[in-house]
Amino acid sequence: MTRVVPFSPVRDHFRILVADLASGRSRVERLPGRDEVAGGSGLAALLFGRYGRVDQPWDHPDQPLIFAVGPLTGLFPLMSKTVAAFRSPYHDQYSETHAGGRSALCLAFTGYDALVITGRAPHLSCLCVGSQRVEQRDVRWMAGWDALTAGKHLRKMFPGSGHRSILRIGLAGEKGSAMACINVDTYRHFGRMGGGGVMGHKNLKAVVLLGDGVFEAPGGKEYAKLFQHVHSRLTDTDMMRKYHDLGTAGNVAALNELKSLPWRNLQQTTDPDVGGISGETFAEKNLLRNMACAGCPVGCIHIGYVRQKFHEDHRYFYRQVSYDYELIFALGSMLGVTDAAQSLLIMDRVEKTGLDAMSAGVALAWAVEALEKGLVSQEQTLLPLRFGDADGFEQALDLLAGRVNEFWSALAMGVPVAVERYGGGDFACVLGQEMAGYATGEVFFTSQSMGFRHAHLDAGGYAWDQKHEEKDVDAALDFLVTDERKRVLLCCMVSCLFARGIYNDELISDCLDCVGYSTLAGKVDEVGHHVQSLRWATRFATGYDPARVSIPKRFTEVVTWKGPLDVEYLRALQKEYARRISAMAAAGAEFVPAAEEQGE
Amino acid sequence: MKILTTPRMERCIGCHACSLACARLVHGRVSWDTAGIRIQSSGGLSTGFEARVCVACDPAYCAQACPTGAMSQRRGGGVIVRKKLCIRCGECARACPVQAIHLDRSGEPFVCIHCGRCVSFCPHDCLEMVEVDSPARPSANQPSAGTEKEVS
Repeated sequence: MTRVVPFSPVRDHFRILVADLASGRSRVERLPGRDEVAGGSGLAALLFGRYGRVDQPWDHPDQPLIFAVGPLTGLFPLMSKTVAAFRSPYHDQYSETHAGGRSALCLAFTGYDALVITGRAPHLSCLCVGSQRVEQRDVRWMAGWDALTAGKHLRKMFPGSGHRSILRIGLAGEKGSAMACINVDTYRHFGRMGGGGVMGHKNLKAVVLLGDGVFEAPGGKEYAKLFQHVHSRLTDTDMMRKYHDLGTAGNVAALNELKSLPWRNLQQTTDPDVGGISGETFAEKNLLRNMACAGCPVGCIHIGYVRQKFHEDHRYFYRQVSYDYELIFALGSMLGVTDAAQSLLIMDRVEKTGLDAMSAGVALAWAVEALEKGLVSQEQTLLPLRFGDADGFEQALDLLAGRVNEFWSALAMGVPVAVERYGGGDFACVLGQEMAGYATGEVFFTSQSMGFRHAHLDAGGYAWDQKHEEKDVDAALDFLVTDERKRVLLCCMVSCLFARGIYNDELISDCLDCVGYSTLAGKVDEVGHHVQSLRWATRFATGYDPARVSIPKRFTEVVTWKGPLDVEYLRALQKEYARRISAMAAAGAEFVPAAEEQGE
Repeated sequence: MKILTTPRMERCIGCHACSLACARLVHGRVSWDTAGIRIQSSGGLSTGFEARVCVACDPAYCAQACPTGAMSQRRGGGVIVRKKLCIRCGECARACPVQAIHLDRSGEPFVCIHCGRCVSFCPHDCLEMVEVDSPARPSANQPSAGTEKEVS
């Protein structure tokens, strides 16, 4: 009997599926560049150069939505993330957002390094990709469905329990919101920069990835041995404990203590009522269980439980809601909500609408203050928004996702769009996009406002703020640029950034070499630098100018444990970071195709 | 003789480390399908996980259904697999009462051989090898049960 020999997951090239939603046709492409950009974040930039359009806006049908994994995806623990890249509806420039769940292993097990989705479907559709399957299906009947209900029906439509990943959008995405996320497997998200809006504009309700391919294990006994070594380091030591114990939620009380937790639209950085929403409170009162992304034994996903009485005869229903630090900040302290259960209900509503939790929370906080200050009226907000009014915020999320009137429609495209129309820029908590929950000081504000993805994950600016009292511009920026470069390499693999303490350059090199990427293994530092420049150059080609980034006045009024913010230091950091970013972009410019060379 | 059991699946976080370890170490593959233990959500992630794994029947329905002797009764329950004898008929998978046998696209069966190599990879101690004392029943239409662990 002839055996079917599975092929190797280790390729010296990239195997790409390009799916055109307009025609419903797909093709498999083989592209060079493995030893130059590795995969993941580098591959995404490479693919945007090939399939994207620097001369057209984000909503041009040709613009691609790219999902990419890396050379180590599925081969080592915590290599469990997928990079999504697109021209963002938020700033109309190139951007990335990352997610885990089962997306990475499923995409890798379809046998592709990346999925490139181009065109606009003629009507609301979903795309299913497996190792032997590409199918585009009409889901017009699913229009307006929330992300959780849509997920339930998609599971029935595409069987494959456990080995399938379902990426879908809610109403916010369908409405093209710049703060719409892509929900991944119920509890994970491509959260930021409006990836959900890109899907909505493409009439793409969902992407279903069936991880049904089988591959030959590379590297023989050495691979098994190295895998065991990495697995043991992750599970036998306390290194990852903070992620699976209280999880990132453990930072809530700690940052509040440091006067670095944004409260009520950053009018405060600490509040005595933090106990109601601390990680400890969530863990003791509401934590139901933990979950993991596929391929990760850490299990950092915290699922909270909240029940609600809907009838006096002791009739209840219950909800299971994933929470972490960022959600507690954005949908707790930032909104003045100091009760864990109430905060979980707001999170649940965010999940259903398909909004990005951080952007939505910060946007609502801005709306409260804009209403308080009389910049907008209740006729416009339709609700008497107040800090602490959890019920009101739940209702407001539906208005925001549905873009029900001019005010909510503008806000759904980002706080800066609403500011342009209604004013209130001074108290807009925007650092490139709606802020992440770290009012730690000058370096973080610089990092998020100017960083590549405007995410707290671009570089550890928040950590630098907490560890360094001195105000040394060069030292701080050396750290940001170097830390970004290290993270870029991880995002090429594509590792969870929680594993950054373990996967240093040396271990990444060992892993690559062990499975057969010997050339790539020998140049990880070079690849990190190259992709860092390439990403910046790609962003610049779509219009970014870091010198034009401004940080709203509210941030300059922040008082942390170090005292009032030093505006002069902040401005010096911004100026020098803009220079360094521009230099990196210039170094990568030659690798970004010109407009006339782009597109298909 | 020991068998693999899954006594604490309520602790499962869905990391698939067990399946990936089985595919990698026992079958030489990168996959979560071609593995003796496979994890599924029990009706969506909100309801937890369950394991598709051999429950060590004795007599084993799959071995009884196998027309070529590729699967034979294992002492203590479960089966010994001789892939060279397998004709990819799929009768074993159809006979399994708990859907524990995965057939790949060529029809090759993948079933737990109770070797226990997955156990240490579970971060939450869901899996356990337990000693069983029931001897395999002799069967007239089966090859003699040995200790052969040929799986690929």
